Amino acid sequence: MSKPDRPQGAPAGTKRIPTPTEPDVDVIVVGAGPAGAAAALVLARAGRSVYLLERGPFPGSKNMYGGVIYGRILDTLIPRWWEEAPVQRWVTRRATMVMTPTQALTIDYRTAAWGEAPYNGATAFRPDFDAWLADHAVAAGATLVPSTTAVGLLRGDRGQIVGVQTDRPDGDLTARLVIACDGVNSFLAKEAGLYHHPEAEHFTLGAKEVLALPRDEIEKRFGLRGLEGADFEIIGCTPGIAGGGFIYTNLESVAVGVVLSLEDLKRSGKRPEELIAGLKAHPAVAPLVEGAELTEYSAHLIPEAGLHMMPELYGPGMLVAGDAGAFCLAAGIWLEGVNFAIGSGKVAGEVAVQALRAGDTSATFLGRYQDALTDTFALADHIKLQGAPALVMSDNVQRRYPELVCSLVESLFTVTNPTPKKGALRLAREAAKGSGVRLRDLARDGWAALRSYG
Amino acid sequence: MSVHPTPSGWSEVSFEDRMALVDFRLSSRAHITVDGDACRGCTTKACVTACPANLFVPVSDGSIVFNYEQCFECGTCYLVCDESGAITWTYPDGGHGVVFHKS
Ligand SMILES: Cc1cc2nc3c(=O)[nH]c(=O)nc-3n(C[C@H](O)[C@H](O)[C@H](O)COP(=O)(O)OP(=O)(O)OC[C@H]3O[C@@H](n4cnc5c(N)ncnc54)[C@H](O)[C@@H]3O)c2cc1C
Ligand code: SF4
Ligand code: SF4
Repeated sequence: MSKPDRPQGAPAGTKRIPTPTEPDVDVIVVGAGPAGAAAALVLARAGRSVYLLERGPFPGSKNMYGGVIYGRILDTLIPRWWEEAPVQRWVTRRATMVMTPTQALTIDYRTAAWGEAPYNGATAFRPDFDAWLADHAVAAGATLVPSTTAVGLLRGDRGQIVGVQTDRPDGDLTARLVIACDGVNSFLAKEAGLYHHPEAEHFTLGAKEVLALPRDEIEKRFGLRGLEGADFEIIGCTPGIAGGGFIYTNLESVAVGVVLSLEDLKRSGKRPEELIAGLKAHPAVAPLVEGAELTEYSAHLIPEAGLHMMPELYGPGMLVAGDAGAFCLAAGIWLEGVNFAIGSGKVAGEVAVQALRAGDTSATFLGRYQDALTDTFALADHIKLQGAPALVMSDNVQRRYPELVCSLVESLFTVTNPTPKKGALRLAREAAKGSGVRLRDLARDGWAALRSYG
Repeated sequence: MSVHPTPSGWSEVSFEDRMALVDFRLSSRAHITVDGDACRGCTTKACVTACPANLFVPVSDGSIVFNYEQCFECGTCYLVCDESGAITWTYPDGGHGVVFHKS
């Protein structure tokens, strides 16, 4: 028996109109997040007319992430972006923390290279960053249409998508092509029939607190100088719920948050802010955030399942990019979405330029979007890492392995004299037994990890 | 004595104060509505704990009282809800709803 229909977000649906001979604009890009801004920028630079629709009062106003922006893809759009982008700190310290309720093992990496141009990653506030990127699209000639929600599609004579309905009076807008960059809930891609079964198990909820601390206090607590920044990714901090946690330093605040499997959250009966409180109280985290004052609390979904949840990425008159197409890479040691949004939005813009030049926006022509994506990290990384999300969210990686490594390291470093030291192998066997890990599973997951990440 | 004193120097703010820090531009239209009758048969009541804004309040007759005003527009509720028709979910009208500043 099929599942009952989920209560879905309900846009106004689809309206049929005669295919306009002179549409309002070449392309409508829905959503002025990084995907939409990148697509609009490419199109405007190619001399195409573009409306960049954004439901928030300004680009970035609805957007929340961890977060760190990885700039390499930006180099290709805005050379020397680091001289002008609204950055909080440059990440020079990257720590991966594995914890149990009372223990933590941290791999703490620092490099001076990331503190110099062209930089690896930067912390930034999305309301600043997204507005900055959209400004570039506008400067290139795109028309930003803020405070406007696309509420449904327009389809022409042969069923092809020819525009969107908006919530403005007389709000129908027509175009030769629509690019859906409307984020994780993408009602437009769903309305277009491109998503098959969006299920709760494909998503995680991110909830975060931004905690104010004086600049010098952040530098002291995190061991930073000047504009250096720290990035902590944490596994094992969400008891009973698959997920993870993060800590990022801004200039004068620290972002602390958790990422939670929706299915587990649903079953657990725990509340997101309680889980953040638990993380902040952990002995390895408390000294970093103690006394800091909450200034903003926020929440947002993440498309977690990568390739396994991707919709069809194109249809007649439509391309899908960014979180709307599940391009976000959520694979434990990596949480990257802004760069994937920019990468896929850029390719969508390029393919749209080709389609307009050819005068052909049929699904057949737009199929080249998928091929072009496969040639870039935006899709290639997802194909390569398709096994990673499930592995990272498994009970072994979430709970048993953190217990195993923490107890192994604890026994290695606990001095037991006068009892003689045990051999490392014996300690490893004991730790595995104590945490309920079967060596068979460890070998299997190790192999799976090698195949995914190797 | 434990060397780890329980974290001092700060106390958790109340949920009300936590939400009061967020900028919401109120719309007169409720962008999400919940059919409390449909909730009576629901055994999970998943929305009640999963909603990060804590907007779903269970009442004694088994239904739900919902207020849309301080909503993050995240989508968690419609995804965790199994009861067809219980939640009608749309985005607020353009320019309304949550506005993040330090996210
Ligand atoms: C907790 C958390 C932590 C994260 N950490 C990181 C990180 O550290 N680094 C990283 O790179 N990525 C991170 N990500 C992922 C990253 O935020 C996303 O992948 C990225 O924002 C996707 O960009 P986008 O442009 O596709 O979508 P979005 O940024 O969501 O933009 C979509 C835009 O469309 C608008 N919109 C939606 N519907 C409509 C409509 N109908 N009409 C008009 N406008 C509409 C929205 O208002 C929004 O502005 C994180 C995500 C979360 C939730
Ligand atoms: S909204 Fe859905 S999950 Fe919440 S009580 Fe009603 S039926 Fe249950
Ligand atoms: S969209 Fe998110 S914040 Fe709004 S009611 Fe639903 S779960 Fe709560």
